[in-house]
Amino acid sequence: MAKVLVVTSGKGGVGKTTSTAALGAALAQMGQSVVVVDFDVGLRNLDLVMGAERRVVYDFVNVIQGEAKLAQALIRDKRIETLSLLPASQTRDKDALSEEGVARVMDELREKFDWVICDSPAGIERGASLAMRHADVAVVVTNPEVSSVRDSDRIIGLLDSKTLRAERGERMEKHLLLTRYDRLRAERGDMLKTEDVLEILSIPLLGIVPESQDVLRASNIGQPVTVSGPDTAAGRAYADAARRLKGDPVPMTIPGEKTGFLGRLFGRRAA
Amino acid sequence: MSAQPKDKSSQKPALRFRGRSFLALSLAPQQPLDAWLADLDAWLERSPGFFQGRAVILDVAALPAIDVASLRSFVADLDARGIRIMAIEGGDAGGAGLGLPPAIANGRDSQLPVAAPPRGKPAPPESTTLVIEDPIRSGQSVFHPRGDVVVMGSVSSGAEIVAGGSIHVYGVLRGRAIAGIAAQPGARIFCRKFEAELLAIDGLYKSADDIDPTAIGRSVSARIIDDALVVSPLD
Ligand SMILES: Nc1ncnc2c1ncn2[C@@H]1O[C@H](COP(=O)(O)OP(=O)(O)O)[C@@H](O)[C@H]1O
Ligand SMILES: [Mg+2]
Repeated sequence: MAKVLVVTSGKGGVGKTTSTAALGAALAQMGQSVVVVDFDVGLRNLDLVMGAERRVVYDFVNVIQGEAKLAQALIRDKRIETLSLLPASQTRDKDALSEEGVARVMDELREKFDWVICDSPAGIERGASLAMRHADVAVVVTNPEVSSVRDSDRIIGLLDSKTLRAERGERMEKHLLLTRYDRLRAERGDMLKTEDVLEILSIPLLGIVPESQDVLRASNIGQPVTVSGPDTAAGRAYADAARRLKGDPVPMTIPGEKTGFLGRLFGRRAA
Repeated sequence: MSAQPKDKSSQKPALRFRGRSFLALSLAPQQPLDAWLADLDAWLERSPGFFQGRAVILDVAALPAIDVASLRSFVADLDARGIRIMAIEGGDAGGAGLGLPPAIANGRDSQLPVAAPPRGKPAPPESTTLVIEDPIRSGQSVFHPRGDVVVMGSVSSGAEIVAGGSIHVYGVLRGRAIAGIAAQPGARIFCRKFEAELLAIDGLYKSADDIDPTAIGRSVSARIIDDALVVSPLD
C-alpha cells in the first residue's frame, strides 16, 4: 500500500524542501520506491536540492494540463535507482494546479511508488492545502522558535480538518520533525526547549535535526544530506527519522548529546 | 433520484418563508463614541476575527439623542472594522431610514433554557455542554453560544473559544476564552494551567497584560465580582 506523505510547516525557510529530499533519499536508500513531488509552483527548489535542475523537461503542471504523460515528467535520480522526482513548474503560478488534476496525478503515483512525498509551499493558502489534501501522513517541520511553532500549530489544525482523511472522519497521522536545532543556543535559552515544543504541539516526535553546515553544503552540491554526508549528524538524524517513518523503533537522540534520553519522551508522546 | 413526470403547475417554484431564530451578538455603544471605539479597537487587536461572519445587532438604547447622519457614520466606522450590523435596536424605529440597517425591537437577552420541574417520568434533559477531546489549534475558533464548553486538551496561542456559558480547559489555556456571551454574568472560566492571551465574561474582558502575573502557569478560575473580572488561583 502506497503512503502519501506531506512535508509541511506553515512558515517558510524552516527546512521543508531539505527534509523532503533527505527523507525521500533515505527511504529510497533503504530499498523503498519513492517519488518526491514539488508543490511549490513558481518557486521550485526541490530539483536544485536533488541536483536534477538541468534534467527537467516536463513538470507537474504539464502533466495536469495533459501536455505530458506522468512518465515523461518523472526524473529518475542518478545515484539512487528507486528515487524519482516530479518537479514543479517555475514559470506558471500556483493556480495552474487544479484540484481534480492533483487528485488524478496522486492516484497514478500511488500505483507506482511505495512513498509519495509532497513538498509543501509555505503558507496556508491554496498551494499548501493542495499539497496536504491527499496525505495519509504528515511530517510537520518546525524550528525551535515561537513563530515557527505557532505556524505549525495552525497547520496541524488544518491537517485535522481540511484533508480528505479528516473529511472522511479518519485520523491523520502526524509527526514532528524539529530542524535547525542548535544545542548551544538551546542551552543558553535563546531557543524554545524541545519539551516545550512537544508540549505545545502535542504530536509525536519523529526526529531532531541539528543546524549544520553539512546541510548547506549538501544543497549547494545538489545532494540530499543523507547521500552527501551519511555520517554527519544531520544525515544520521534524517536517516533515523526515515526509519521511524517506516515503523522501525529507533531510540531518539538530541544532536550533540551522546545519550538517548529522549527515548522515554518519544515513547510517552506516541499518541 | 426518481424521474417522475411533473405536471406544469407543480413546476412553479413555491415561495416559502421560514422563521429562523439564532443568536446575534449585540453591541451597546456609549458616549463618548470616540472612546468607545478606541476600546473596541483594543479588543479587536486581541481578537481580530471575533465579529467576522457573525450576526451583530447595534443596540442604541444608550444613545437616545443620536441623529441619523451620526448613526450612519458610526455604522460606517464599525463596517470599516469588519463589523457588519444586521439591525439596529433600541432606537426610534421609524427614524433610521435608507442606508442604515433595519430597526428591530423585542430582542431578548438569551439565557440557557431553565429546566422545567419534572413531572411524571421526565425525558433526560438535552445537554448544552460541548465537550472537545482534541486540542484547539492556533487559528481555530470554537463558537458555542448556547452552553458550556469543556476542552480536554490545550487551547493554543491564537485560538479562541466563545461560549454562552462557562469554559473549562483541562490542558493549558494559551489562547482566548470568551465566556458568558449569552448574557450570563454568572459564567466562569476554569483552566488547569493559565497562560491565556485574553479572558472575557459577559462582555467584561482582561488581556494578558492586565492580569496578575503570579497567576501565570497556575490553575485558575475567573469570574465576575462587582462588575469586575477577577482571576484567582485554584490551588
Ligand atoms: N538543518 C539545517 N542546518 C542548516 N541550514 C539548514 C538546515 N535545514 C535547512 N537549512 C537551510 O535553510 C534554508 C531553507 O531551507 P528549505 O529546506 O528550503 O526550507 P523551506 O522549504 O521550508 O522553505 C536553506 O538555505 C537550507 O539550506
Ligand atoms: Mg521549500
